[in-house]
Amino acid sequence: MTRRPIRVLVSKPGLDGHDVGAKVVARALKDAGMDVIYTGLRKTPEDIARRAKDEDVDVIGMSILSGSHLPLARRLKDLWDEYDLGTRMWLVGGNVPEKDHEALADIGVDAVFNSRSRLDDIVRYIEENVARWPRN
Amino acid sequence: MAEELTREMKSGLELPHGVAPVFADSGIEVKPVYTAADLNGGNGSGGGNGAGEERPGEYPFTRGIHADMYRRRPWTMRQYTGFGNAQATNERFHYLIETGNTGLNVAFDLPSQCGLDSDDPAAEGEVGRVGMAVDSLRDFEVAFDGVDLDAITVSLTVNGAAAIMIAMYLAMAEKRGYDIATLRGTAQNDILKEMVGRGTWVFPVEPSVRLVGDTIEYCARHAPNYSPVSVCGYHIRESGCDPAEEMGYAFEIAKAYIDETLRRGLAIDDFAGRLSFNFNVFGKLFEEVAKFRAGRRMWAKILKEQYGAKNPKTMWMRMIAGGGGFGLTIDQPENNIMRGAYYALSAVLSGAQTIALCCYDEAYTIPSPRAQQISIRTMQLLIEELGLCDTVDPLGGSYFVEALTDGMEAKIEAAMQRVQDEGGIVAGIAGGRIQDRVSQQAYEHHRRVENGEARKVGVNCYRVPEEKPDVEFHPERREDLDMQLASLKQIRAERSADAVDRALKRLHADAVAGANTMPAIVEAVKAYATVGEITGVLAGVYGRFEEPVTI
Repeated sequence: MTRRPIRVLVSKPGLDGHDVGAKVVARALKDAGMDVIYTGLRKTPEDIARRAKDEDVDVIGMSILSGSHLPLARRLKDLWDEYDLGTRMWLVGGNVPEKDHEALADIGVDAVFNSRSRLDDIVRYIEENVARWPRN
Repeated sequence: MAEELTREMKSGLELPHGVAPVFADSGIEVKPVYTAADLNGGNGSGGGNGAGEERPGEYPFTRGIHADMYRRRPWTMRQYTGFGNAQATNERFHYLIETGNTGLNVAFDLPSQCGLDSDDPAAEGEVGRVGMAVDSLRDFEVAFDGVDLDAITVSLTVNGAAAIMIAMYLAMAEKRGYDIATLRGTAQNDILKEMVGRGTWVFPVEPSVRLVGDTIEYCARHAPNYSPVSVCGYHIRESGCDPAEEMGYAFEIAKAYIDETLRRGLAIDDFAGRLSFNFNVFGKLFEEVAKFRAGRRMWAKILKEQYGAKNPKTMWMRMIAGGGGFGLTIDQPENNIMRGAYYALSAVLSGAQTIALCCYDEAYTIPSPRAQQISIRTMQLLIEELGLCDTVDPLGGSYFVEALTDGMEAKIEAAMQRVQDEGGIVAGIAGGRIQDRVSQQAYEHHRRVENGEARKVGVNCYRVPEEKPDVEFHPERREDLDMQLASLKQIRAERSADAVDRALKRLHADAVAGANTMPAIVEAVKAYATVGEITGVLAGVYGRFEEPVTI
């Protein structure tokens, strides 16, 4: 049985317009053979939860450079069960200070990447860990 | 060695044995040495007549728009700031002015930039975070309290909500007794680039361009010294394009605003001289200088030859240059201090009217007062100690810089031609073609940094073991947000509901009729209508931008 490609939602929650990084990552994941859905800017946590469910993605990525990562992550977490997001992988990218990494992990974020992260490391992290989150 | 020889053979130039070809970021091959034979060859445009022939302050202004440039007055130092509420921002404004800033560059928070009030559910978590929160005219009154608006020119970095913020600025100044017929100042107000990079658009492309036209027309008639638009190649460069394209896109965008304004019956010399530009300066120093020299010459020719401008001031490519955010790194942030100094040097050698530098800590936080002071001191050093103000266009006549200026002119021309061939800038942005191209370039650049082809100090060479960065994080103050929400509530309770209602109805009617919306927006802000209320009325008529997603 051939496995379908890993499906990733790259999203831009909140009002932040910095989309260079999100698009760079989206292209890298695509080049690595993944199915990538990029949401475009200014999506609400509700938009993202719904899209993740409708598109049946394995990975939800949120790119945030405005400093609003904690409130936005909390809002998505509050919707997690309602949208039956189950054990999907949850990644956050952007400029998230070190001091907030633990708080994001407590909310349920699996990994945080920043502009220092190598694209191949992001790809590898997804490939190596996505299987640990079996699809519902 | 074998590899070097192969690369040498690929090069069209005769290179010394073993020397590999080198390219500027816009793709121009750079020779190991330039001589008098490289002058005047150019592209036959007639502008690149090299050393000595042309004088600054004279058409086509390759060497600068003023004859005496910084001899008379150094560039305006306009560091970008704003956070929390108007009160907190006012304190920082005064700190920057005391430190030597000669202009202000206002950062608005994202809800304000996107036309949302601070109590809008979509603003949750974003109020006051990346800039100051503005809901009503009251916030402008507080933010600029004690600032002499004749001595300190103010630039408003806002786009989707720019018409409202311009109206608030003019209303605030008028209330304080300034004559808006002579008031100077600038708004960014470049919505087309916002749709390529930066992202604080609100309305669809066509009404957005009309709204820019409304502001240009209104200012031409009522505030003729105010610069209603600063066309930004800057953010398109930040988003991935090369330096020549940065300028090419900016010129095509500026032409779109000019065409929109001409349709209204204004003559070119009535308004085009108040359009200005915002360009980036990271990258190769001589290429940047050549970009600006070529750009000035081209813009002057476009205005004179294509638009029939008669007044030389209409032909000036006035600009803020600086920033360089894309060139700064999160690694070894103190290296950004040196980068900032070189970027400032690029901007000064290029004849910028205004300079703003990104601070070294900006990858981490809203800049600390100390980081802002370092940026301002960087520019003051150039003025006071390095002799950069002593002569105009000091690189004019350099074989290399003159040849590169001609080369950049050809590249910028080609970038503009491609946009035109593909259906024009407005269609290219509405359909997402330009965003797609620019973002692919960003991706390819990122890969080149990762594989070491594009060298980045501290990132892919000269690395040190990761250490805790020596930066001071900006404190988020919950009380600023509480104050903002309380003040908004108070404004809504105290203002005349009838006056607001009347103004918003007039705005709706004018928007539906396709009349200039600025008079009604000015009336609305004077009645303390909020950013969210005014935007809501316009969105009800215009709709909202649907971003073409091209990945």
